[in-house]
Amino acid sequence: MSLKSNKSQNAEPLVASDVLERVLAKGRSTGAEFAEVYIEDKRSTSAGLDDGKVEQVTSGRDRGAGIRVVAGETTGFAHTSDLSERGLLAAAEAAAVAAKQGGGGVNKVQLGTELRHAVNTVKISPDGVEKSRKVDLLKRADAAARAVNSAIVQVSAGYGDSLRRILVANSNGVLSADDQVRTLLRVSVVATGDGGMQTGYDSLGHTIGFELFDENDVEELAIRAAKQAVTKLSARPAPSGAMPVVIKRGSGGVLFHEACGHGLEADLVGKSASVYRGKMGELVASPLVTLIDDGTMTAEWGAIGIDDEGHPSQRNTLIQDGVLTDYMWDYLRARKEGRAQSGNGRRQSYQHLPMVRMTNTFVINGKEDPDDIVRDTKHGVSIAKLGGGQVDTASGDFVFGMTEAYLIENGEITEPLRESNLIGNGPEVLKDIDLLGNDFAMGNPGMCGKDGQGVPVGDGQPTLRVRSLTIGGTAA
Amino acid sequence: MSDGVQELQKLADSIVGKAKAGEQIEAYVSRGGETSVRVYEGEVEHFVSAQSEGIGIRIIKDGRTGFAYAGTLESDAITEVLAEARDNVQFGTVDEWAGLAEPDGVAQIPQKFWDEELASYPTDKKIAITKELEKLTLAADARVRAEEANYEDGWGETAVATTTGIRESGRGNSCYVSVSTLADDGDESLTGFGFSVGDSPKEFDLKKAAHDAADRATRLLGATKPASKLVTIVLDPYVTSQFVSILSSVLNGESLAKGRSLFADRLDQQVASAKFTLVDDPTNPLAYTATDIDGEGLAARRNVLIENGVLKKFVHSSYSARRMNTKSTGNATRGGFAGSPGVGCLAMQVQPGTKSQAELISGIDDGVLIQDVSGMHSGVNTISGDFSTGASGILISNGTLGAPIREFTIASTLQKMLLNIVDLGNDIDWLPMRAVGLSLVISDVMLSGA
Repeated sequence: MSLKSNKSQNAEPLVASDVLERVLAKGRSTGAEFAEVYIEDKRSTSAGLDDGKVEQVTSGRDRGAGIRVVAGETTGFAHTSDLSERGLLAAAEAAAVAAKQGGGGVNKVQLGTELRHAVNTVKISPDGVEKSRKVDLLKRADAAARAVNSAIVQVSAGYGDSLRRILVANSNGVLSADDQVRTLLRVSVVATGDGGMQTGYDSLGHTIGFELFDENDVEELAIRAAKQAVTKLSARPAPSGAMPVVIKRGSGGVLFHEACGHGLEADLVGKSASVYRGKMGELVASPLVTLIDDGTMTAEWGAIGIDDEGHPSQRNTLIQDGVLTDYMWDYLRARKEGRAQSGNGRRQSYQHLPMVRMTNTFVINGKEDPDDIVRDTKHGVSIAKLGGGQVDTASGDFVFGMTEAYLIENGEITEPLRESNLIGNGPEVLKDIDLLGNDFAMGNPGMCGKDGQGVPVGDGQPTLRVRSLTIGGTAA
Repeated sequence: MSDGVQELQKLADSIVGKAKAGEQIEAYVSRGGETSVRVYEGEVEHFVSAQSEGIGIRIIKDGRTGFAYAGTLESDAITEVLAEARDNVQFGTVDEWAGLAEPDGVAQIPQKFWDEELASYPTDKKIAITKELEKLTLAADARVRAEEANYEDGWGETAVATTTGIRESGRGNSCYVSVSTLADDGDESLTGFGFSVGDSPKEFDLKKAAHDAADRATRLLGATKPASKLVTIVLDPYVTSQFVSILSSVLNGESLAKGRSLFADRLDQQVASAKFTLVDDPTNPLAYTATDIDGEGLAARRNVLIENGVLKKFVHSSYSARRMNTKSTGNATRGGFAGSPGVGCLAMQVQPGTKSQAELISGIDDGVLIQDVSGMHSGVNTISGDFSTGASGILISNGTLGAPIREFTIASTLQKMLLNIVDLGNDIDWLPMRAVGLSLVISDVMLSGA
């Protein structure tokens, strides 16, 4: 994939280059070898509908700078919401002192030409769209969900968009900028029946503008969420114990996010807190599995032009035909190993330090017809929708929730199942993937949490089967 | 009142003073700072020193609500926030119950939230404490590695004012240390953590934090995956705290009003074992999340929610209370200036039993001591009640602890688990979480493993 780099088209930078140079020089004034300024200006609009009412439209503005100074193994960090030169210099001084008590030396910093690396085109910027049109989406979702079935007793829907302008400059001369636009809609539904209440959920989110709703049908989304809730009214308790599990296309990327994605983050590997440490070049998964992390994936939820250290996003192959080929890297960890960054240095906001994070993480197509995968399964569970998950990267043990799942009996999908968690061990599950479909799809937009920071991520996979996973239900 | 707090109150008052005819306005302003030290292998890995501030403005007019916020207190931004909130009003649906809280005459119970010693604690000592914690942890057990040792402190000042007469402000600070550990078991490593909290660093118990972190990482060495079966579980205090926190959603008055509570129509009925009494009491200074006011500025208060297993009360904000024709229980929650108030429990406490954990275990023939759970956010549905989480712990047979086990789940429903509470420990632990910890025994839980 070629990098589409060009000079800034945007007239006004968030902070002028000469100011950035002086701030970076201040950052290095205690003798530190690296200083970085991260400027963020984010505008967001959100709207929530619940119980048939548009409860509130919210406008938000977050603007500020995070300044990082590195001296040896120590990072000093300070942030400020004051973007004046005075405010930035004060933060730079605080970060410099934090990185190195004492020391000395003045350093001049010269920035290069600003780099822009756009991976998405925004056709309709959400900040130019009337709020009434945003609110209207919620009302349409509400009406569509309620029309599905009289068992639907409650609907809540949320709309959100954000325009995040970032500018990164560092003492190595890097100067990069990106405008990141994200637009999202989510629908939650409650249905009630003889056995109590059940819930349905679906969401739609891309790093594009309001054209999201020209390309996707809001009603369809709401109907899917409603049908999920209604279907589960007749669900039986999920089984308990280990069995084959078929995961439908686009619903199980979180499996890889948890089973191995986090374990391939170089900061965790560097501290030997990953079960994948020291496994480079080894077979860590079924030979069917090729795992990619790709920040350039146009319009996907985890797509970024540059990462939050100013490095252009890129496509990284982590596992090739089952063999571990690379970890994911940020600046500090790459510097330590004397290698290139991989565009995975991300942060929640200017108030946070960057660390190694995923972008869009997915397994590419195999060869099987997805219907054959089910037909080939005598007894097991088919998962149509996964919820969130959690992993202990050191042991590899992970869980994730199944929010829509069915029993497979004699090669056919039969009854719906109530919600439960699944549990497995990353390295074991990766080796246990024995069938991989040819029907790749990306999944729902996700928010990945690590060390208290949330960043948007995408995931995806074709329909696949894991020979054995433990379903945490209550039925014997 | 400190100068900073006074200044914030003045700012909030001035915004409320800009209300136009027919408008209700709430202004919430805050300012704060934090220090964060992380130590790895004897060196400072990072040192963060940061300040932040922000404002949230809520406007209600003719039953419609609008909201806006900004992460700055610069005057041009505040003007923009007020204008945006006002603009957003027109897009809301008319809600006859919409409105701000009004003073209800309930007196606040004063508590101490500010520690002068912490406020002036020197930076080099914070670093020294963190290094000491890492050292103690490594010394606690030769099989343990330290992934990171942390010191964190923060301070905040807030003020809220409304056109309905709420006018509250205050400040607080707090600090804690934590350490994450690893113990290698072949290719895999097991993780642990320990922490200590205090009003100021002099209250830290570094030895206990180090010991807990070493113990948590090593106690699962050699653990295996158990076979599936129906068992009695004993939840460690740390796990009970997480379990009890979930009940906040179930007892949420707004969820009740909107038909999302699985306890709808169950008031004054038996919803839990007669041994179970649950109180929300943010006025208890022992609670980590103790507070004098709720998210709307009403006095925080003690509410008995479940008494001897009988459901006595849902928690309410002024909004959910109006909808349900009752009074606010002082349970509005607020995440900061960027959000408008929600509803939830503030400081949940369970009435303890009489036995120690060892005594509880000695009465169990076939069970599991659950020491950790994972996936609470993905495997528990507070609307349907379905409960399933990943877990690790130690097998109990004939009243004694046996081999460690991991990579299994425990499952039931919230409804059944509450009714199946067999006993409670006397080992109250005021953990830095929303709910207190103690040992809790629950029968008939499905364990899924190999």
